[in-house]
Amino acid sequence: MPHPYLPHTQADIQAMLEKIGVKTLDDLYADVPQACRKKGAYALPDAMSEQEIRDCFAALDAMNARLKVFVGQGAYDHYTPSVIPYLTQRSEFITAYTPYQCEISQGTLRYIFEYQSLICELTGLDVANASMYDGPTAAAEAVMMCTECVRKRNRVLLSATLLPHVLQVIQTYAKFHGVDITVVPAQDGQSSLGAIRAELSKEDVAGVVVPSLNRYGIVEDLTGFADTIHTAKALLVQYCDPSALAVVKTPGEWGADIAVGDGQPLGLPLCYGGPYVGFMAVKKDYMRKMPGRIVGQTADKEGRRAFVLTLQAREQHIKREKATSNICSNESLMALWVIIYLSLMGPEGLAEVNRISADGAHYLHDELLKTGKFQEVFPGKPFLKEFVLKPLEEAIALQHRLEAAGFFAALPTPEGYVSFCVTEKRSKEEIDQLVAAVKEG
Amino acid sequence: MKYYDKLIFELSKEGRKGYSLPVNRFPAAPELPLQLRRAASPRLPEVSEPEVVRHYNNLSQMNFGVDTGFYPLGSCTMKYNPKINEEVAALPGFAGLHPLMPAHLTQGACKVYEQMNKALSEITGMHTFTFDPCAGAHGELTGLMLMRTYHMNRGDQGRTKVIVPDSAHGTNPASAAVCGLEVVEVKSLENGRIDVEALKSLLDQSVAGIMMTNPNTLGLFETQILEIAQLVHGVGGLLYYDGANMNPMLGVVRPGDMGFDIMHLNLHKTFSTPHGGGGPGSGPVGMTEEVAKGLPQIKVSGFHGNFGVILRAYAYILSIGRQHLREVGQYSVLSANYIKECLKDVYKLPIADVCKHEFVFDGLVNDGAHDDIPGATTLDVAKRLLDYGYHAPTIYFPLLFHQALMIEPTETESKETIDAFIAVMRLIAQEAAQDPMLLHNAPHNAPISRPDETAAARNPILKY
Amino acid sequence: MSKIIEGLKYSESHEWVKVEGNVAIVGVSDFAQKEMGDITYVDMPEEGDDVLAGEEFGALESVKAASDLISPVSGTVVAVNSALEDTPEAINEDAYANWIIKVEMSQPEELDALLDAAAYKALIKE
Repeated sequence: MPHPYLPHTQADIQAMLEKIGVKTLDDLYADVPQACRKKGAYALPDAMSEQEIRDCFAALDAMNARLKVFVGQGAYDHYTPSVIPYLTQRSEFITAYTPYQCEISQGTLRYIFEYQSLICELTGLDVANASMYDGPTAAAEAVMMCTECVRKRNRVLLSATLLPHVLQVIQTYAKFHGVDITVVPAQDGQSSLGAIRAELSKEDVAGVVVPSLNRYGIVEDLTGFADTIHTAKALLVQYCDPSALAVVKTPGEWGADIAVGDGQPLGLPLCYGGPYVGFMAVKKDYMRKMPGRIVGQTADKEGRRAFVLTLQAREQHIKREKATSNICSNESLMALWVIIYLSLMGPEGLAEVNRISADGAHYLHDELLKTGKFQEVFPGKPFLKEFVLKPLEEAIALQHRLEAAGFFAALPTPEGYVSFCVTEKRSKEEIDQLVAAVKEG
Repeated sequence: MKYYDKLIFELSKEGRKGYSLPVNRFPAAPELPLQLRRAASPRLPEVSEPEVVRHYNNLSQMNFGVDTGFYPLGSCTMKYNPKINEEVAALPGFAGLHPLMPAHLTQGACKVYEQMNKALSEITGMHTFTFDPCAGAHGELTGLMLMRTYHMNRGDQGRTKVIVPDSAHGTNPASAAVCGLEVVEVKSLENGRIDVEALKSLLDQSVAGIMMTNPNTLGLFETQILEIAQLVHGVGGLLYYDGANMNPMLGVVRPGDMGFDIMHLNLHKTFSTPHGGGGPGSGPVGMTEEVAKGLPQIKVSGFHGNFGVILRAYAYILSIGRQHLREVGQYSVLSANYIKECLKDVYKLPIADVCKHEFVFDGLVNDGAHDDIPGATTLDVAKRLLDYGYHAPTIYFPLLFHQALMIEPTETESKETIDAFIAVMRLIAQEAAQDPMLLHNAPHNAPISRPDETAAARNPILKY
Repeated sequence: MSKIIEGLKYSESHEWVKVEGNVAIVGVSDFAQKEMGDITYVDMPEEGDDVLAGEEFGALESVKAASDLISPVSGTVVAVNSALEDTPEAINEDAYANWIIKVEMSQPEELDALLDAAAYKALIKE
């Protein structure tokens, strides 16, 4: 039966079977034992025409709520420039494979090189890889890297102020890889240097992971952290929001050895959680222990500037069971998304994104407090686009009331707070409407 | 393809603006304390919008995709990426969903996951799937975590090993190592299949399971799979199926029916979602009901996996439907065997059995070596193919054959395309026999010639 | 023809050993460097690390491959050839002039299990 993706005609099939020397297509499966074969039809939907597929998806699309997003917690509703999907949809980018044949993949290799360069610029570190699945898995890989780099030590500390799903993914990986994890309690909404120092004194810690902007939206002050951690011969890993890195102190400036995070805030749509793009950057000393693909610059035989996948001896296809990571396909096209975003935004644009978001968040914060329905949790702690408050009513009731008014906001947190986030996509009118909806209850 | 040598940084000029943001109508928030601020602005490019568009357009012209030409990369299943998939994946109701929205707000997304779970379970004979893994290797890791959890939940702490064939893809042993399992290799026979006698000697109560694919990485069906399953289950181990080679099995054989307990699929291979230059992919993991009990103990990605990729795969499954599933499998096998038969006189075919969706040549029959001139290698053949407008097949994998050339046409290529490829491969074989230097110096027609990879590794320049 | 130097001991995994007192100086043979091709990196242990005969102590990397370095003797690493960090290609240029590690041996009798030049030549059978 013809299908638009299956070019073979009956004549084609006959000619090919003849050349092969078999009678039927089924003969090509003669070596498959009958006991393995599927008996009877597959219980799958009937094949649909394109228009039917469109209708089916339109119906599914309509089943999703259309709300104004006032929540962050690892996925941010930032503005996506129109140019980006237009460029990333180009056939030569989207239908290409990994750039193993570099002579016909210079497009992919160059945009990855550009992406690596800007991740280094944002994080203030020396070397970045070509991308990872997402922020949490990049963090998990960083944790495994710590035990690789700091020999004979098998414990890693995680600050309790990291996002919940980041902690969970790290803990899953660590459990199976055999790394001991200690979650260090927060102090006053921030990573606690004192508690970390106490753990470090046991002299068995390979690394410490702390956030840049933490789960409460607070911009953490890491003064003294790098010195203390390095004196204890461990590595400092910082989990960051790369958009905020345009304005906040960088992992490089804080003295971090490894920086990880998710590039989603750099113009990627929310898309119910994926595809996003993890990033990792490290100090030069750790270059050869870093997982992931890396693109390097070189020259071809005629001296033309050329780019290739390099330092491949680190990777799974060469090291196999001795590799420290199994990563192969990553999030390349989303890295293209990020580099185009950063190229359009530039330093001014990214600073402006942060300014508008922070100003909007502080406006919302102050207006919410004025309603009298919230208490401050961490008064005076610096924040940018995200913050938490303690609701004086039941959090779920508040969340539902805001939903009815068209807002996804006031996400309940495990501590009993509610979390809000404002980006440059939210207008003052929307915020005023949200506040009005809060007052209603 | 035209050589275009700019990097975006070289187009930057101070004061240029490429962004469009609304006027800030909010009162100014207090500034961050100085010690929390970055010392200097990041040096990002300052480029106008038209320059950005032109730059990335020009970069794309130095790239080769499935939409450009034939891409017979063995083990990658470079089939056509349908455009209706792109259209439906971009619908605003999906794009605007925050991953932490509760289920009652995301009913459409929930339904997609539910339907995909049903469809993939039916196609593979598994009980249920998790969609969290973002790539095949990620799926492998998740599957091995589930394997270990299954044994731990049984109270068995002694299952420390996983058996992997020596023909396995590098991600298999790497995933095992990341998951804390010891890798034990089982050798392949001359006919390319797992040596079942050797396997028997490796099986004991310390084995958590076996990790393999069927057809294997040589494109050959492991005819003794039912016996292998019985043997592994016999010592209490589980079977893991690497779904990278699922394409020829579609509509014909199900991993669950072969005895596999856990498996992953590569949506960006078998289910037509685009490779994107190296991702995003999606590696959903299927499992039996018993193994599924361990799922709540494992979290391998931040949110719900690559939803955008899952949407695309769902559109593909609806397009192929019940009626065409088997054709996908069968035609992929037909095309592979046809190419094999047409070229086996000029390329060395180490194993002549009927293959499935892919097969391996071991270099040229006549590599043209004479006097001081070395013969043309598989690498040389690959680079010469680029000159003729083809992407090379997979080279130097699997490791069993030193000049391995793995060809996988997929079912979306016409007979004309395949015949043209065969003709070019024959031409290259002839060129090699007469003038191997022509191949040594290939490609001649690409934007760049062979780069100095040694220099790139010795003195790495990894950023601008 | 690969170069083989008389008076050195050799392992089956292509390392050479020169003995000076109780210290074993370890490198890789000419055959090994040829097999590797252009060496792009040498992964070496640190001074003070312990090594075990028959166990890996580092690796040679080229563009497309990684090859474990297997220690011919047990003991403690007393010196590492740090020049190889910047110029790994020195091993390609002269495999015998560029040692990799020096080991204070804990069980010198392990040397007896190694091959002499003639036996190594027979092993690589060129």
